[in-house]
Amino acid sequence: MLRTTVSNSSDSEVDLLDDRDYVQLIDAEGRRHANPTLDRWIADVSDDQLADLYEDMVVVRRIDVEATALQRQGELGLWPPLLGQEAAQIGSARALRDDDFIMPSYRENGVAYCRNVPLDDLVRVWRGHAHGSWDPTEYRMAIPAVIIGAQTLHAVGYGVGVRMDGADSAVITYFGDGATSQGDTNEAMIFAATYNAPVVFFCQNNHWAISEPVRLQAAKHISERAPGYGIPSIRVDGNDVLAVMAATRIALDRAHRGGGPTFIEAVTYRMGPHTTSDDPTRYRSAEELAEWKAKDPITRLEKYFEDKGIFTDELKARVKAKADSVAAEFRAGCKEMVEPETMSVFDFVQIEANPVLERQRAQYAAYLANFEGED
Amino acid sequence: MTTTTETTNATATATGTATLTLAKSITAGLRRSMQDDDKVILLGEDIGKLGGVFRVTDGLQAEFGTDRVVDTPLAESGIIGMSVGLAMRGYRPVAEIQFDGFIYPGFDQIVSQVAKLHYRSRGAVRMPITIRVPFGGGIGSVEHHSESPEAYFAHTAGLRVVSCSNPQDAYDMLREAIASDDPVMFFEPKRRYWSKGEVNFEPEETLPLSRARVVSPGSDVTLVAYGPLVATAKDAVAAAADDGVSIELIDLRSIAPIDFDTVAASVRKTGRLVITHEAAQSGGIGGEIAASITERSFNWLEAAPARVTGFDTPYPPAALEEHFLPDLDRILDAVDRVLGRPNSLSDWED
Repeated sequence: MLRTTVSNSSDSEVDLLDDRDYVQLIDAEGRRHANPTLDRWIADVSDDQLADLYEDMVVVRRIDVEATALQRQGELGLWPPLLGQEAAQIGSARALRDDDFIMPSYRENGVAYCRNVPLDDLVRVWRGHAHGSWDPTEYRMAIPAVIIGAQTLHAVGYGVGVRMDGADSAVITYFGDGATSQGDTNEAMIFAATYNAPVVFFCQNNHWAISEPVRLQAAKHISERAPGYGIPSIRVDGNDVLAVMAATRIALDRAHRGGGPTFIEAVTYRMGPHTTSDDPTRYRSAEELAEWKAKDPITRLEKYFEDKGIFTDELKARVKAKADSVAAEFRAGCKEMVEPETMSVFDFVQIEANPVLERQRAQYAAYLANFEGED
Repeated sequence: MTTTTETTNATATATGTATLTLAKSITAGLRRSMQDDDKVILLGEDIGKLGGVFRVTDGLQAEFGTDRVVDTPLAESGIIGMSVGLAMRGYRPVAEIQFDGFIYPGFDQIVSQVAKLHYRSRGAVRMPITIRVPFGGGIGSVEHHSESPEAYFAHTAGLRVVSCSNPQDAYDMLREAIASDDPVMFFEPKRRYWSKGEVNFEPEETLPLSRARVVSPGSDVTLVAYGPLVATAKDAVAAAADDGVSIELIDLRSIAPIDFDTVAASVRKTGRLVITHEAAQSGGIGGEIAASITERSFNWLEAAPARVTGFDTPYPPAALEEHFLPDLDRILDAVDRVLGRPNSLSDWED
């Protein structure tokens, strides 16, 4: 039983949280459950569009598999897999308007894919070539924040700026269950409520912050905190792409109409390691993993399609072809990436001239010049 | 010289010159920056109706509205993090940290986000944020209200760190800081807030923010100070002159980057260097200046550089602060030391 509410345009949204752990439209068996309140937010999503969401999820999972392989082959230093979180990322990202801005953490590769961030830019950071690799203005998506929760405050500031500009777009910020313990995330909710900022707090509760289970971060559902800050919240099945999309649309609608911030707890599961450097077998059981594999966001959609008789060979072939071509492009982009130039280590520290730094640059250049002509 | 003061007219641009306290010159600088660029927004605790605990933002909310002079919840990380988001949206935030010792909750956002986002984004993101910090001691305050944390920030790549020492510089430097596309930590010498000076609101020429100023030329010793100790150093220059010693006083102004060209040029003339700041000695700005000048100008030095600083203690209770803070006599003692004259450490052996 949740005490949280959604004080949206319609009071009936409250109903959805009556006596269930989270709201859901497609369950793990692929069964579609009617939900009068949620349904109207995705009424326009046809089976064809659902197939597109399915394709997105398969593709970003394939990117994940490819990236993990590249890391194992020594092509990447590190990779943070999103395995298991495809529905949370695709469902929310595909709910966004083009002018909505994204403040991500470092695991939102699926979200970046939806924003058409070039594939090699998804991997540049993890190949050790840059700390950030795209222009946030161009893709309306900030570069990944590695400091846990820091980006939530940026979302509030950006959102306040949006409102001051007289614009009606929203900002969505992604973070995990671990981030909800950070001061910044809590300050962000306070600031967002104070200034009625058009921010969607999108928490992917994937149950694990490296080795720490969510119960170490939260004694109760994370979504229950937000109302204490004056922010309505929704707890949604994060492995249900349709429900995630509906919840995100509700939150975005509130933001677009000046209704202020909304908190979404997408209940999902990090099926892979924290990063490729992590070994989850040290801290979690095979039984738990199996339990969540049964709730796989992609498999359930396949069951749903099969039940409806629309999981055709044509669809399967189309999705496989897309995944194959993205994977090939991704792999090639990674391996063919040009190394940054040595002296670029000094670039972009500041905009205005810094004579102290320029002296270091010149002296290092002189040092390097010593080796010219040597093998 | 004609003197006109129109600062009482809320909407008018101040012209001509006026005699102002350092605090009010900062107010004037903020007002002018807000008039010149409507993307300039002030954020901080108690800066609205109250006008800030030092009244530096007095009247600005009434003049520019609550959207541009924003009282924030009591959360420094929130203030800085929100400024980051505003900057990403194209605004030019000026954040006030109420007291030096309150800045630490915002430290992560300053060093990990404000300082690094330009680098982290390979130049795609700009952080034109000014962070105003009243700093330093000498006002008999309680703990956490008298600190000098500038070295933490000077040690962080990507930040410009500056401190003003007089009303004209306060006005000019603040305007340049706000106009800069780089983030600037703007340290205000709070015990000099009430010292007065003439301010020209439309100077034809200003010294660039990153440059040190030779306050008074001299030939025997170079004395480097910044912020609140420039006034103390001036007294030392006058006292030394009575004693026949010619001190060249440099107001550093920019703590990061340091204008070593100006300091080195002076040291090559005098051969002797004394640096003074309120902050603790170890890992401080004085050590950086001494080391860098020694590297660059060793052959011109007649004596080892000397530092006159706060001790490596937490800032002490008010009753003891006169012992912690560098003063006229301690500076003159160091001047004697670099001149090889009898001084308190004449018989000191390490």
